[in-house]
Amino acid sequence: MGLTHLQRLEAESIHIIREVAATCANPVMLYSIGKDSSVMMHLALKAFYPSKLPFPVMHVDTTWKFREMIEFRDRFSKDNNLDLIVHINEDGVEKGVGPFSHGSAIHTDIMKTQSLKQALNKHGFDAAFGGARRDEEKSRAKERIFSFRSDQHRWDPKNQRPELWNIYNSRIQKSESIRVFPLSNWTELDIWQYIHLENIPIVPLYFAKERPVVERDGMMVMVDDDRLPLNAGEEPIMKKVRFRTLGCYPLTGAVESNASSLTEIIQEMLLTTTSEREGRAIDKDSNASMEQKKQEGYF
Amino acid sequence: MADKSYEIMQSDQIASDIDGYLRDQEQKSYLRFITCGSVDDGKSTLIGRLLYDSKLIFEDQLESLESDSKKVGTQGGDIDFALLVDGLAAEREQGITIDVAYRFFTTEKRKFIVADTPGHEQYTRNMATGASTADVAIILIDARKGILTQTRRHSFITSLLGVKHIVVAINKMDLANYSKETFDEIERDYRTFVEDMGFETVECIPVSALKGDNITEAGENMSWYTGPALLKYLENIDIESHEDEAPFRMSVQWVNRPNLDFRGFSGTIVSGEVKPGDEIVALPNAQTSTVKSIVTYDGELERAGQDQAVTITLVDEIDISRGDLISEKLRRPEITDQFQAHVIWMHDDPMLPGRPYLIKLANKTTSGEITDLKYKIDVNSFEHEAGKTLSLNEVGVCNFSLDDKVVYEAYKDLAALGSFIMIDKMTNATVAAGMIDFGLRRATNVHWQAVDVDKSTRSKQKRQKPLVLWFTGLSASGKSTIANLVEKKLLALGKHTYLLDGDNVRHGLNKDLGFVDADRVENIRRVGEVSKLMVDAGLIVLTAFISPFRSERRMVRDMLDDHEFMEVFVDTPLEICEQRDPKGLYKKARSGEIKNFTGFDSPYEEPEQADIHLETADISAEEAADLVIKAIEEKYL
Repeated sequence: MGLTHLQRLEAESIHIIREVAATCANPVMLYSIGKDSSVMMHLALKAFYPSKLPFPVMHVDTTWKFREMIEFRDRFSKDNNLDLIVHINEDGVEKGVGPFSHGSAIHTDIMKTQSLKQALNKHGFDAAFGGARRDEEKSRAKERIFSFRSDQHRWDPKNQRPELWNIYNSRIQKSESIRVFPLSNWTELDIWQYIHLENIPIVPLYFAKERPVVERDGMMVMVDDDRLPLNAGEEPIMKKVRFRTLGCYPLTGAVESNASSLTEIIQEMLLTTTSEREGRAIDKDSNASMEQKKQEGYF
Repeated sequence: MADKSYEIMQSDQIASDIDGYLRDQEQKSYLRFITCGSVDDGKSTLIGRLLYDSKLIFEDQLESLESDSKKVGTQGGDIDFALLVDGLAAEREQGITIDVAYRFFTTEKRKFIVADTPGHEQYTRNMATGASTADVAIILIDARKGILTQTRRHSFITSLLGVKHIVVAINKMDLANYSKETFDEIERDYRTFVEDMGFETVECIPVSALKGDNITEAGENMSWYTGPALLKYLENIDIESHEDEAPFRMSVQWVNRPNLDFRGFSGTIVSGEVKPGDEIVALPNAQTSTVKSIVTYDGELERAGQDQAVTITLVDEIDISRGDLISEKLRRPEITDQFQAHVIWMHDDPMLPGRPYLIKLANKTTSGEITDLKYKIDVNSFEHEAGKTLSLNEVGVCNFSLDDKVVYEAYKDLAALGSFIMIDKMTNATVAAGMIDFGLRRATNVHWQAVDVDKSTRSKQKRQKPLVLWFTGLSASGKSTIANLVEKKLLALGKHTYLLDGDNVRHGLNKDLGFVDADRVENIRRVGEVSKLMVDAGLIVLTAFISPFRSERRMVRDMLDDHEFMEVFVDTPLEICEQRDPKGLYKKARSGEIKNFTGFDSPYEEPEQADIHLETADISAEEAADLVIKAIEEKYL
């Protein structure tokens, strides 16, 4: 009996998640609250049922996430009896680092990249699951499912371990760590189809709704709280919008949409002609930017 | 430009019937393939074209592609599809692909995962990595150049990794005048040379990746070609295993123990099917039980099959841990701590026989070593070569000895239980990949009693213990003479025997073999295999071969159980052999008429610890035969 492509992807991901639990001393699952994270959490719940997750779940909070993301996170982890760690870079908070005062690049580096390293070091995690997919971006297409990081959390793309069959080598030296990507072989469409098929809950921001937005540099920014400094003459207007990816609200562009159900979202996605990451300010620099960020420790 | 009709049809359905569309899409099958070829063959262009034509490129990516094409493209401002595929910055600059990259695209029938690997010899390991998970391999050939060394290498590696289906994309047909004759000639050559590689299907398709001919649609330039376009072929090829009766096997990955009342075994089913009520055995400890339930997050299952990741509970409390194998009770896989395997070396530090490495096979990790590099295989010519170590990207056939027993199957029978990686104990690097050929020392196959008539029943019937008496020594040392006498004496004692020597083997079974080292090794291997079958039949086998190399004698010993192999060293000094020279061979060797003659220009490696050592200078053949009988009498007769 042949499995469908989603069943095969599901089984492969479960195998990867179980392998980490069985062979790593102190793993953690990074939870970004986005749709890919939701699928990854769902797969983890499946992998260990009826046991609860044998590792904690960690959210690196930049303090600029959408409020609805935080509500969703807390409810989801309570419903599923997760051992949730929320890490905030307190140094950054003390120095008042934010996307407006310091710019998106510094904000992302300090509150996300540095914060993640801080959290991994603090808890001594030897393996961290991430929800990245190989179809997202060119340099990810070459990254292994088990991807090794030096003690400085750097990725060396030229020195990756061969990864054959489904046999994973998760052995590391004391100061090294592994990033594990169970969704490596999923595409964006697979993710949406699986959410549809399995009825996986996702943050309501993915669905279109009247929301207050301002337009800046061709990007629609939602006024999620009163920290968004309005320029002279700038007035939030109500528009029916939704988000294709979720992150820090000032850095995440909304798209105008009428898609208020899951099938409508998928329909819209299939008929659209721009790729998913376009909504993210972070990828816009040079072509090789993601590869460079990852070498520096960005997830 | 791509034919848009399929996309328009699809878009119509998405717009008018999204639920129906999703239902269809969620039932799609899945195919993984690898593309083998070098930049020159147009590999990246081919993949770029597949992504482009199946509309997997979004507008913003297309813009970036167009600007890149102008900046660094090689198509004079036209879209350079190769740029879509070559990912890492370093690769873009050098214009080569240096790693394995995975690409994804979807058609209405299938989801595809493409492993895109470099074709140069120094990236053999990357290609092996991509091939390890591929259902199909696309081998690119430049129509203007035909079959090249690299074609041979790519075919060999895909065959080594057990890829069953080959598609030969004969590319750049646009530069070969779309000539049918050129295509036919390459197809004929290719089919001839892969005849013995064990592929289940080979399909040859003439294409132009650059122009789009026969990629998604036939196009008009090659009306003489009536076969499917590449994408159509990939959409329709049947890769399901048709072995309905494959025995159930699941390697235990994780023991699921949420509380004292629940004990489940989680893992991925690698073969067959399981249902509650099935009788199983947990190996290697061989405890049996019955399946109680198949537990999943979505409820209990009535049955589960290959590739599913499940959790199984059993009726009895038996001790099972990670790395154990749960199997159907009757048809069990084998257990061994020694085996022969093909190895691809993947690290800069060379393989050292005798050095302990970690071996990870299915979910079991144990320490082990390579006891013997039997030979290396040249990946371009497929020739066997002698060697002491394996360097990066070299392929060899090795004997392994492990500290712990593993449950396994031959790689060709079940890759999931026949594949393993080797890990350096100091650096934790993955240094090699291995594929098991067969186990050595079958004595450990404790559970073959399921077979009604076996070796022990056959030997009981003959009232003897089966045995191989392996006579080794120089040419004209008296091996055959003594072996003949021993056989007569055994016959007189009422024993069932058979004598294998050059005369009855070289004229039939091994008439295709010559006297170079590789043939000598193969000669002995075959004699060893035949001896093993005869031992299984309960016979006492006598063999008389020069068998000059220790490693081959050792190989035969390893094929047999303990105490089934006795090495008889017929130790006659070279001068005496040369004096006797019954066939005049020494004379010819001296005059240089015969090459590779043992004792002259080809070495004889004396046994270090023969079971029976006959110094024939001082005794007659009759006395020597008596000594042999005496030596085996107590134990065997």
